[in-house]
Amino acid sequence: MAKIILAVDDSTSIRQMVAFTLKSAGYTVIEAVDGQDGLDKIKGQATVDLVLTDQNMPRMDGLTLIKTLRGQPQFSATPILMLTTESSDEMKTQGRAAGATGWIVKPFDPHKLLEVIKKVIG
Amino acid sequence: MSIDMSQFYQVFFEETAEHLASMESLLLALNLDAPEADQLDAIFRAAHSIKGGSGTFGFTDITDVTHELESLLDRLRKREFAITVEMVDAFLQAGDVLRNLLAGHQNGRTIDIKASIEVCAKLEKLAEENSLQNHVALTALGLTGQAGNHSPYGERRSEARGQGTSSTPAEPLPASVQRICQIQFPNTADDFPSEVHLNNMLEELSNIGKIENKEIANQSVTLSLSTYASEAEVRDVFSFFFKPEQLKITVAEVAAKETSEQGYGFFVEPEAVKSGNDGAQGYGFFTDPDAIKSGVEDAQGYGFFTDPDAIKSGVEDAQGYGFFTDPDKIKSGVEDAQGYGFFEEVGNHAQPEVSKTGLRKEDSPGRRATDERATTAGDTSIRVSVVKVDQLVNLVGELVITQAMLAEAVGNLDPVLYDRLVIGLTQLERNTRNLQDSVMSVRMMPINLVFSRFQRVVRDGAIKLGKKVQLVVVGEGTELDKGLIETISDPLNHLVRNSLDHGLEVPEVRIANGKDPQGTITLRAAHQGGNIVIEVSDDGAGLNRERILAKARENGLLVNDSMSDTEVWQLVFAPGFSTAAVITDVSGRGVGMDVVKKNIESIGGRVEITSKHGQGSSIIIRLPLTLAILDGLSVAVGNQIYIVPLGFISESLQPKEEDIKVISGQGQVVHVRGEYLPMIALHRLFNIPTKIISPAEGILVLLEAEGKKVAMLVDELVGQHQVVIKSLETNYRKVTGMSGATIMGDGRVAMIIDVGGLVKMGTQ
Repeated sequence: MAKIILAVDDSTSIRQMVAFTLKSAGYTVIEAVDGQDGLDKIKGQATVDLVLTDQNMPRMDGLTLIKTLRGQPQFSATPILMLTTESSDEMKTQGRAAGATGWIVKPFDPHKLLEVIKKVIG
Repeated sequence: MSIDMSQFYQVFFEETAEHLASMESLLLALNLDAPEADQLDAIFRAAHSIKGGSGTFGFTDITDVTHELESLLDRLRKREFAITVEMVDAFLQAGDVLRNLLAGHQNGRTIDIKASIEVCAKLEKLAEENSLQNHVALTALGLTGQAGNHSPYGERRSEARGQGTSSTPAEPLPASVQRICQIQFPNTADDFPSEVHLNNMLEELSNIGKIENKEIANQSVTLSLSTYASEAEVRDVFSFFFKPEQLKITVAEVAAKETSEQGYGFFVEPEAVKSGNDGAQGYGFFTDPDAIKSGVEDAQGYGFFTDPDAIKSGVEDAQGYGFFTDPDKIKSGVEDAQGYGFFEEVGNHAQPEVSKTGLRKEDSPGRRATDERATTAGDTSIRVSVVKVDQLVNLVGELVITQAMLAEAVGNLDPVLYDRLVIGLTQLERNTRNLQDSVMSVRMMPINLVFSRFQRVVRDGAIKLGKKVQLVVVGEGTELDKGLIETISDPLNHLVRNSLDHGLEVPEVRIANGKDPQGTITLRAAHQGGNIVIEVSDDGAGLNRERILAKARENGLLVNDSMSDTEVWQLVFAPGFSTAAVITDVSGRGVGMDVVKKNIESIGGRVEITSKHGQGSSIIIRLPLTLAILDGLSVAVGNQIYIVPLGFISESLQPKEEDIKVISGQGQVVHVRGEYLPMIALHRLFNIPTKIISPAEGILVLLEAEGKKVAMLVDELVGQHQVVIKSLETNYRKVTGMSGATIMGDGRVAMIIDVGGLVKMGTQ
C-alpha cells in the first residue's frame, strides 16, 4: 500500500513538481494550496504518513498548520517537514516549537526530497 | 530516475506573471504613510513565491533579483524601517526587470542586463542604508550584537543565494568537514554470525556516510566511507560489534563544503545546534549529542527525534520521543529504524513498537481520483486554451445557422397542421440562443484586465510630467470579448496619455483656475444594449476650439467658424493632427487619434469626443460585445444578398430623380439635406446583373465610416438579422470589399460588406 503524503504549497509550480516527484516514487499525494486547505483536505483521512508544508502561504501559514495538526490526536505523531527558504535559527526555533519533525531548505533537488522522505517514512 | 522539470515551466511562467501583476497593483495601492500589514505581507509573499519557484526550476537570474527584493520586503513587513517612495519606485522597477527576465526565459526575448544589474544595485543600496541606520541607532543605545559582528538587524547574504538567506547568529558555526575514512574490520563468524548481521552493521554505517569501494573478503571487510562525521563517531558505529583494536580506520579530510548541500534538518534537541551539525549543511537537527555520535543524522543532514540509547534499547527516551520499531527489530535488521525519522509520541507512554504499518491507514482509492483532478485545490475555475473556446464558438455558430435554415424551411408550413414541428423549432431557437449567449460569455473577460495597468501608467506619467493625477476606475468588472480586450488596449493607452499630457494642467495652473491641484482621469465601462461603452475622461483644460481650427486650416482641411463643437472635435481624428505645442515622448506626435479611430472602427466600434473648455474632455468608445456575431441589414442586388453592419448605417431612403447629379470626374452624387454624398452602385461595383439601374428605382443606404459618408445603391432592403460571421480568409481568401460572409436561413451564402473599405473607395 502506498504511503500518503500531504503536500502544502501556495505555489502551483512547486506543488506540481513536488507531487509529480513523490508520485513517481510511488507515494500517494494529497495537494493543498495553503494551511486551511490542507486541513480541509485531510479531514476525512484518519491520518497521513507525512506532511510537507511550505511556510509562507496566505490564509494559514505553515507554522500554524503544524501547530494545528499537532493539536489533533491523529496527527500528533505524523512526520511533518517544513519547506523553507532559509535555515535561520529563528526558523528552527519556531519550527521546533510548533512541533515540526524537520525541515528541508528550498530550493531542493527532487532526488534529495525523495531521499529525505525515504529516510523518514521509507 | 530523473525528473524532467521543463514540464512545470509553463505553470511557473504563468504563476510568476500573476505574482508580478499582483505585486505591482499592491505596491501602487499602498498608503505610504500607513501601509497595511496585510498588503505588505502579500507583496512579500509574491516576491517570496517567485524566488522559490525560480530557484527550484533553475532560473537563477530571476532568483538573484528576487532575493534582494524579498529580503527588503521581509524587513519592511516586520516594520524594521519605514517604506518610502524611493523604495516603491525601486520595487516597481524590480518588477519590470523580472518581467523582462521572465519574457527572456519564456519567449526567448532579449533581456536588459543593464537594468537588471541597476535594480539589484539600487535594492542593495536601500538595504545597506537601512541596516546602517539601525546599526547606528542601536550603537547609540548600546544594543549592538556581539563585537565584530553585524547588527542583529542586518542580514548577511549567504554565498549560496539559491538556498535562501541565512540570518546567521553571532557565533560562527563550525564548518562541516567531509572526511573519507578507509575502514577495515574482521569478518569472522564470531563477529558476524550471519550475513544479515554484517548487512545490519553496514546499513547503520551507511546512515552516517556513503560507503564506497566495499570489498567483502572471507576474513575481513574493507571499504571507504565519505562522511561528515568525526572519526570518533564512526568508531561508535562499530563499538557494538568490535573492540577498538579490531578496527582499522584511516581518515583523510576533504575541503569543507561551503554551500548547504543537504538542505534539510530535523528538530530534536537544542544541544544539537551547538554540536554544529547545521548551518553550512543547510539542515540541522535538534538532536541530542548522543544521537549525533551514533551517527544517524548528521552528515546526511536530517535530524531525528531520538537519542541513541533509546534507539538501541528501544525505550522511550526522556524527551518523550518514540520510535517506529523496537530495538530488537533494529538489531535484527528489520528495515525502518535505520535512518528513518522518529517521532514524538503522544502522551509519553512507552510504545516501542509504533510500526509504520500501524500509522498508515488504508489506501483509499478515492484519494487517487482527487489527485488526478485537473483543477488546483480550492479553485472553482479551470484553465482552458483559447483554441478550444474558439472551436466551441464556431460550432455553436454552425448550430445557429442550421437552426435558422430549419426555421426558414418550416416558415412556409401550416402552423396548425405541423404544430408540433413549429413549437419544437421555436423551442430550438430559444435553446440555441441561450447556448450561443452562454458560449459567447466564456470568452468574456472583465475589462479590468486592461484598466489595471493604467494605474502604473498614470503614476509614472504624472511623476514624469510633474503633475498630480489620480486614476478613478468605474465598472472595471464589465465584461467584453477577449479578442476586443487585446485590440482596445493600445487605443485606451493613447487616450490616457493624451489626458495626462495635454488634458490635465500642472498643479499651479489648476490652483490658479480654482481647481483641485490633483487632476482626475476617469476610466468608465458599462454595458448599453448590445454594446459596451468605455469612457476616458479628465477634468483638465478641455479641447481648445481655436487651436484646432487654426491647425486644421494649416493642414489644408476645409473648415469654417460656424462648425459646431462636435464637428470641430472630430477634426482631431484627421491623420497627422496635433495641436500640441511640444511633442513629448508621451504623446503629441499626431499619429495617435486617427489610428485610435481606425482601430476602434475596425472592430465595429465608434468613437465620440465631448469637451468643455476649462472643464475637461471625454472620449466615448462604443464597441459591439462580440466579434463573432453581427447585427446587419440584409440588402438585395440582383439575386444576391449582402449584409451591411448596422453600426455604419445612418439611414436608408429612396431618392428622387432630381436629387441625383453627376459631377464630372467624381461620378454620381446624391443630394441629401444640403450635402452631396458620393454614390456607389453595388451592382456596378460587383458586376451583378440587375434590373434596377436607376437610383430612383432602388434604395440608397447612407453609410458613414471614418468620418466620411457615402450612399450605397441597392435594389431593395430585405430585413434586419443577427448573423454569425464566417471568415473568408480562413475558408477562402481575403476579398476586397468584403469583411466576411454568413449563411442565411435559406442556406444561401451572403457576403458582409466591408463598409470602411467601401467608403474609402467612394470618397477617393
